[in-house]
Amino acid sequence: MSGHHADEHHHREPEDPLSLRARALESLLVEKGLLSSDVVDRVVSLYEKDIGPHYGAKVVARAWVDPGYRRRLLADGVAAIGELGFGGVDLMVVENTPAVHNLVVCTLCSCYPHTLLGLPPVWYKSPPYRSRAVIEPRAVLREFGLELPDSVDIRVWDSSAELRYMVLPLRPPGTEGLAEEALAALVTRDAMIGVAVVEPPAMAEAGR
Amino acid sequence: MHGFGPVERAANEPVFHAEWERRVFAITRAARTHGIYNIDESRRAIEQMEPARYLAASYYERWLASAVTNLIEKGVITRPELEARMTFLAGRPDEAAHGEGPASSQDVPELAERVLAALRGQPNFRRAGAAPKFSAGDRVLTRNVHPRNHTRLPRYARGKLGVIHAVHGSFVFPDTNAHGLGEIPHPLYTVRFDARVLWSSSAEAGHESVFLDLWENYLLPAPEGATL
Repeated sequence: MSGHHADEHHHREPEDPLSLRARALESLLVEKGLLSSDVVDRVVSLYEKDIGPHYGAKVVARAWVDPGYRRRLLADGVAAIGELGFGGVDLMVVENTPAVHNLVVCTLCSCYPHTLLGLPPVWYKSPPYRSRAVIEPRAVLREFGLELPDSVDIRVWDSSAELRYMVLPLRPPGTEGLAEEALAALVTRDAMIGVAVVEPPAMAEAGR
Repeated sequence: MHGFGPVERAANEPVFHAEWERRVFAITRAARTHGIYNIDESRRAIEQMEPARYLAASYYERWLASAVTNLIEKGVITRPELEARMTFLAGRPDEAAHGEGPASSQDVPELAERVLAALRGQPNFRRAGAAPKFSAGDRVLTRNVHPRNHTRLPRYARGKLGVIHAVHGSFVFPDTNAHGLGEIPHPLYTVRFDARVLWSSSAEAGHESVFLDLWENYLLPAPEGATL
């Protein structure tokens, strides 16, 4: 791994102290037989090239097309994502309806279902989101471009233990004829956190 | 805590923002696989950062601080050893990321497999334990406690009335597990709090509630006559 990004650090530039500290720690752990370069490469590659929101999107699309799967997913998230080959998380799935909107946060740290959605974006881990999502979720959602009427019940899930939460978004109108794979392509990371809704195909296309 | 301003977002954010973030992530996952320090000890060490530094630090800076604290506490490395290695590597950006000896840069596929398997494996925090005292629909009052130790009862939800939403069985208890005091499993619940109970007149218009996953010993039965 060390060689891949050497060009980011010109030899004349002072190294970020955090980088130096991380390299020193890595070097010591390798010497002690606790780490190796292929561990670093493979762990990083798993999150950079494999796991990501497209995993969760497959789960959502299946739930939209298969009512039995939807019921199993809401009743036992771990077993239901296991049916699609996903795991690594003690998962609870919460469902949006026209009357209920769910939003996920971790105020104490940054807990996130990363084996299903990939690693969280920086904003999810930032003090503004962690602080404000529980106090003023409507104001936060407005910043994300989502204006919900007062009649919608907002449920904020603060992940304070070892359960992880994913939102099952509403299936957008006008998607009745779409196949499962095309539906999955509409589902975004933000919709599964609950800071967005899934847009109909035309709008999703225009947003790209 | 208030006053953080808007939630700032970046388009097309990379998974990691710097090479050292990749290293810190992998170091932490490997340490977890070896069982050197647990997730509660990891969070406890982050919370022990000096508060101003904690707020200013990036996410992986906190992970790095936690790794250093825990690896030293567990006797895996020493601080002088780390400082000596930093001195040696300073000004050698391409060198010795994988150790100084020729043998130490070798791949260890067996170790990589174990770390990957641990990452993809099912988390293991559920334990056998006592029968839960509360049932769904029961009204509870969270304890108004302010311990110096690690806890997962957020400050904003202390001394508040809520309703048991779900009962989950027993889980490892972070308040002890973070301090080497054992797993001491306790029943875990999801508790619903009305936003007006949490924030009073500062709550937004419209119906809102916050759901928290709380261990039984954070909870008391709601007093007779207490209204939500």
